[in-house]
Amino acid sequence: MKAFLILEDGTVFTGTHIGADREVISEIVFNTSMAGYLEVLTDPSYAGQAVCMTYPLIGNYGVCREDMESKRAWPDAFIVRELSRTASNFRKEITIQEFLAEQEIPGIAGIDTRALTKILREKGTMNGMITTDENYNSALILPQLKQYTTGKVVEKVTCSHKYHFEKKDGRGLSAKPEVLQTQSAQPGAQAGKRVALLDFGAKDNIAASLAGRGCEVTVYPAGTRAEEIIADKPDGIMLSNGPGDPKECTEIIKEIKKLYDSDIPIFAICLGHQLMALATGADTFKMKYGHRGGNHPVKDLKSGRVYISSQNHGYVVDAEKLDPAVAVPAFVNVNDGTNEGLSYTGKNIFTVQFHPEASPGPHDSGYLFDRFIDMMG
Amino acid sequence: MPKNPNVKRVMVIGSGPIVIGQAAEFDYAGTQACRSLKEEGVEVILVNSNPATIMTDKNIADKVYIEPLTARVLEQIIEKEKPDSILPTLGGQAGLNLGMELEESGFLAAHNVRLLGTTAATIKKAEDRQEFKDTMEKIGEPCAASQVVETVEEGVAFTNTIGYPVVLRPAYTLGGSGGGIAHNQAELESILENGLRLSRVGQVLVERCIAGWKEIEYEVMRDGAGNCITVCNMENIDPVGVHTGDSIVVAPSQTLGDKEYQMLRSAALNIIDELEITGGCNVQFALHPDSFEYCVIEVNPRVSRSSALASKATGYPIAKVAAKIALGYTLDEIKNAITGKTFASFEPTLDYVVVKLPRLPFDKFITAKRTLTTQMKATGEVMSICDNFEGALMKAIRSLEQHVDCLLSYDFSALSAEELKTRLKKVDDQRIYVIAEALRKGIDYETIHEITMIDEWFIDKIAILVEMEQALKEKPLTPELLREAKRIEFPDNVIARLTGRTEEEIKKLRYDNGIVAAYKMVDTCAAEFEACTPYYYSVYGSENEAELTTPPKKVLVLGSGPIRIGQGIEFDYCSVHATWAFAKAGYETIIVNNNPETVSTDFDIADKLYFEPLTPEDVESIVRLEKPDGAVVQFGGQTAIKLTESLMKMGVPILGTKAEDVDAAEDRELFDRILEETGIPRAAGDTVYTAQEAKEVANRLGYPVLVRPSYVLGGQGMQIAICDEEIEEFMNIINRIAQDHPILVDKYLQGKEIEVDAVCDGKDILIPGIMEHIERTGVHSGDSISVYPAFTISGTVRDKIADYTARLARALHVKGLINIQFIAIGEEVYVIEVNPRSSRTVPYISKVTGIPIVDLAAEVIMGKSIRELGYEPGLAPAADYFAIKMPVFSFEKIRGAEISLGPEMKSTGECLGIAKTFNEALYKAFLGAGIDLPKHRQMIITVKDADKGEAVEIGRRFEKLGYTIYATRSTAAALQEAGVKARKVNKISQESPTVMDLILGHRIDLVIDTPTQGRDKSRDGFLIRRTAIETGVNCITAMDTARALVTSLENAREQFTLIDVASI
Repeated sequence: MKAFLILEDGTVFTGTHIGADREVISEIVFNTSMAGYLEVLTDPSYAGQAVCMTYPLIGNYGVCREDMESKRAWPDAFIVRELSRTASNFRKEITIQEFLAEQEIPGIAGIDTRALTKILREKGTMNGMITTDENYNSALILPQLKQYTTGKVVEKVTCSHKYHFEKKDGRGLSAKPEVLQTQSAQPGAQAGKRVALLDFGAKDNIAASLAGRGCEVTVYPAGTRAEEIIADKPDGIMLSNGPGDPKECTEIIKEIKKLYDSDIPIFAICLGHQLMALATGADTFKMKYGHRGGNHPVKDLKSGRVYISSQNHGYVVDAEKLDPAVAVPAFVNVNDGTNEGLSYTGKNIFTVQFHPEASPGPHDSGYLFDRFIDMMG
Repeated sequence: MPKNPNVKRVMVIGSGPIVIGQAAEFDYAGTQACRSLKEEGVEVILVNSNPATIMTDKNIADKVYIEPLTARVLEQIIEKEKPDSILPTLGGQAGLNLGMELEESGFLAAHNVRLLGTTAATIKKAEDRQEFKDTMEKIGEPCAASQVVETVEEGVAFTNTIGYPVVLRPAYTLGGSGGGIAHNQAELESILENGLRLSRVGQVLVERCIAGWKEIEYEVMRDGAGNCITVCNMENIDPVGVHTGDSIVVAPSQTLGDKEYQMLRSAALNIIDELEITGGCNVQFALHPDSFEYCVIEVNPRVSRSSALASKATGYPIAKVAAKIALGYTLDEIKNAITGKTFASFEPTLDYVVVKLPRLPFDKFITAKRTLTTQMKATGEVMSICDNFEGALMKAIRSLEQHVDCLLSYDFSALSAEELKTRLKKVDDQRIYVIAEALRKGIDYETIHEITMIDEWFIDKIAILVEMEQALKEKPLTPELLREAKRIEFPDNVIARLTGRTEEEIKKLRYDNGIVAAYKMVDTCAAEFEACTPYYYSVYGSENEAELTTPPKKVLVLGSGPIRIGQGIEFDYCSVHATWAFAKAGYETIIVNNNPETVSTDFDIADKLYFEPLTPEDVESIVRLEKPDGAVVQFGGQTAIKLTESLMKMGVPILGTKAEDVDAAEDRELFDRILEETGIPRAAGDTVYTAQEAKEVANRLGYPVLVRPSYVLGGQGMQIAICDEEIEEFMNIINRIAQDHPILVDKYLQGKEIEVDAVCDGKDILIPGIMEHIERTGVHSGDSISVYPAFTISGTVRDKIADYTARLARALHVKGLINIQFIAIGEEVYVIEVNPRSSRTVPYISKVTGIPIVDLAAEVIMGKSIRELGYEPGLAPAADYFAIKMPVFSFEKIRGAEISLGPEMKSTGECLGIAKTFNEALYKAFLGAGIDLPKHRQMIITVKDADKGEAVEIGRRFEKLGYTIYATRSTAAALQEAGVKARKVNKISQESPTVMDLILGHRIDLVIDTPTQGRDKSRDGFLIRRTAIETGVNCITAMDTARALVTSLENAREQFTLIDVASI
């Protein structure tokens, strides 16, 4: 069946329909990872967006559920050049086609994804519609597209209630080497740190990376009051990644300010990093087309070392407007000089824009979890 | 960290002659590195024995020494030039070994020379089998169970503990020389004995066989501050067991999930960090297909063939970045030249698929085993880029120029399903075609996978291609079907064959339906950032992003495709120089080529690079878009020449010598007419199509005759026949490789072979120099030792040659380069062959005469005259030194190949000896080719009757040098009779000890074996020669070569005169 991707600027791509048979309007973004499509699809940060993979061959190794970063797939739609008709991997459970159908994710294949990427690069992230209706009416659709926003999407993706994170088991984990489960866990790392993980749409591997380092992780819904978390007396607080515009999270920001004031060590990733910045008076802005992929170099300003990072963000902290009395840049993106992390002055808090939990992407910055454990003393 | 200010004068070591396992990729890497060093204001002193390289040009380095790559020579250059540093990691294994040798001997320390890039300790850790294993164990990176052994007994004992099969890898050899898989004790003993002999340190690694696992490579960069990135990963479609140089390789990996991908990436970074490599590095892994278990196979602590491939596959200039790192820069300080926006610390990401196919020499060595093992056999490779795997594979296949254009090109349809299953077990270069046939016969994926261990994902892709073949055969050719066939890169001619239409009809149908190629950019970043380097590949069904330019003048330069015997790096040298010359004159330059190992496919050589197959259809698509003002074909070897007719049909003017004149030189009748008009003699001969005709001509001329196909390079298929039976045999072989053109049968004349390259502006001609071959006619010019200036011919002969050259060039209306081969018999001169184009000797003659004939040819093509360019027409005065070009062979890599020299070219590379005297130059030339004698002062002579006289003279001279001579019965008798002490040894068929035992005893320096006429593959001689080569014994098959060798040994020396070629 034919499918159409109609962009806010009037561009139309014609391809083949894949996945669920549903018309969808969403924000179109692209991801440059060459592997890890399942991790991308199950990353809650993509809620409210449709993801285009720039690598043209998707689905080659099928789907292995233990690689899912959350319980379901989140993007509104999936955009690819080609879905492999055969999936080949010793852990494969189902094919990508079966997965998209099961998760009710619609999509389009067979379009020139590079051309789409160039449009997004040049004109910036924009909204679009995927439809199978050959008689679509642009005049009606375009205004609709302009109106779309991801909105208060954190609420959709966070967990419904507090729970203790259990290390994944069963499901053939034995086949998975130790190094993958724990991200180079140091055998000598102090065990038993109690971490409160605030779930704004957390990828599973954040909790798994901490648990693999011996931490006891309790996951809290995004709307949890700061007082409740502080009352539980965690050794450290972990603010997770998540979707959407950080400025939409007005309530959460207020709670985070209280956590900031609590003196409990805090480590934050991605949206968590942005929310902490907003809570402490800094600003964020929407990037032209964001960073999504597994190849961006970030420089640790303290050591001068450069690490390749996993990235997924459309908003960024404005480093120009930082108050050094509150926070100073800790990491910077080598390519475009944007802020990639903050160190909070006089506080046991540091935050990063990129994803040390990888999945997908390089494991280079996994050492930051060790740093967090050290911070907890 | 900024650049180290103490690095001012750097010596760069090149990789020497092209051999299998060490090819053009090091010219590419070295050239890029030298340019990068010069960009930083560093003075570069370059040493490489290979005159065909671009890196040995005076515009690439400040001082250029084309000298033998031995420690002795390098020491003398260091003493003379006083560099403050040396960079050994860009010259392949050869360069690395030399750097190590100088470091270990304390020479570098004594002369205050620092080793740039990776340290000696690191190199040792990566290269020494035991140290490497220990290091891997220390950081918890698994290796296959293995042990380093120094004797055969040790190897057998260890294997008994881990079980057969085992893989054998000799330490410090390139391209896996002497390695292999042993399935039983007999095989183990045979391979091990050989491997121990070939290893520089007498060590071989015996290792658990992990054949059948996935082979995955990572190209990694690390700077002095410890920052690491991976440039690219690659998956070998052929599982472990086939050398990666012979494997079909795809980038990025296709069948690895993020978990496997990152696990191996982390391991690669872990390893490079532990080894503290600064620069580029290649890590090879074996990954179990059904678990996360993996083993580290090996680490190359230097730029390698794989890194050249990775550079071209991603656009990331590994050698350039490695050179900057060597100077002290960190990755985040080095700009990515492709985007101009990102930095070298940004990992490339691909939005396309790259496929590499090896170019195997089995069309040259028809007696050789086609089996692929851990020992590399490919002479070169092609790469292709597409947005789908099927398309990339199809493009790569037709880039090979081996008469293949789709998966039907080798016909296995006669085999039954059962036979196919058996055939699939054979691991050779035809395996993908066998898989295709197996799929056509309905054999399921699982069965094919179980036999071949090739991942089912790749088998499915082959199946998609097979299904398209079926569809084209059976279904009506709708625009939709055609569109889909083009998307997966079925060429028009294949579609025409399958649908029973003509290629023209297919093309028209395509154009009518708007099905045309579009071009996408290789930009390192999957379009995330705007790129500024026009490096393109074609796709169907997408938007074109090749920028349309309308400069005043636009020229298309056609490259020479994969490196093969007969068409090597020399033609890349010519293409690159021509491109530079056109650019200098204000042209916009466009290069089309498909060889990832070359300088010409570097993204900053031409204004635009199209990485595409060199077929008429692929070139036409580019022409339609670019509309060049003209094309030059005379620099790209036979590959480019073959495109002439098609280009003319497309309406592209051929710049320089006209197509009809090129034809006139190849067409027997036309050429005979020209010779008649110009009054130049040649050997009598005729043109034939059938064996019957050939025999008639041969008998009329009288044997021996020379039989050869027209329009081929490197004398492919050329043979000297002495009887009707041989004519039959040779015609059969020729008809298999080239059916389109007539076959030439000439009277074979024996004399001195002379060669000239010249530039002609249509009126005047400039001959930089005359080259004389040491071997008499009958040995292919590419396999002969070539001496400049000609050293034995009279003034009369010299004048005749100059005169004939001028007459021929004018008669053929040559505008640009011409190459002519002559025979001189007494004072008579005959022409053998005329090629109105660049030749193999162009770089050599340019460098040793200082006359840049490619640049001049380009200028002439653009309309300048030789006089306007500041040169006096005619034969340039001879130099006051000798420059001797020595062929270098790779016979030890090709099991079963006949090594004796003849009219068909067999050498893979060459080196140069340049000195004030002929004798020193000759000694240097042999030394450069790796013949460093004497060692044991024992030799074997076994020659055919006609050579016995000369054998006496040569034997006597070797005896004087202290050699003990062993000879087979009749040779021994001849030697003894003449008073040369010779010990008689038994023939192979006689009782032990035989000549074979002598060779296997490893105490022999040299075998002189001249084959009896005809192909004596089954005879003793063949066995002797093969055994000698495979055990690392020098083997000479022509008396002239033997005489040259003894002359060189008589003039052996420790001190050399060193000539800076850049000052010529």
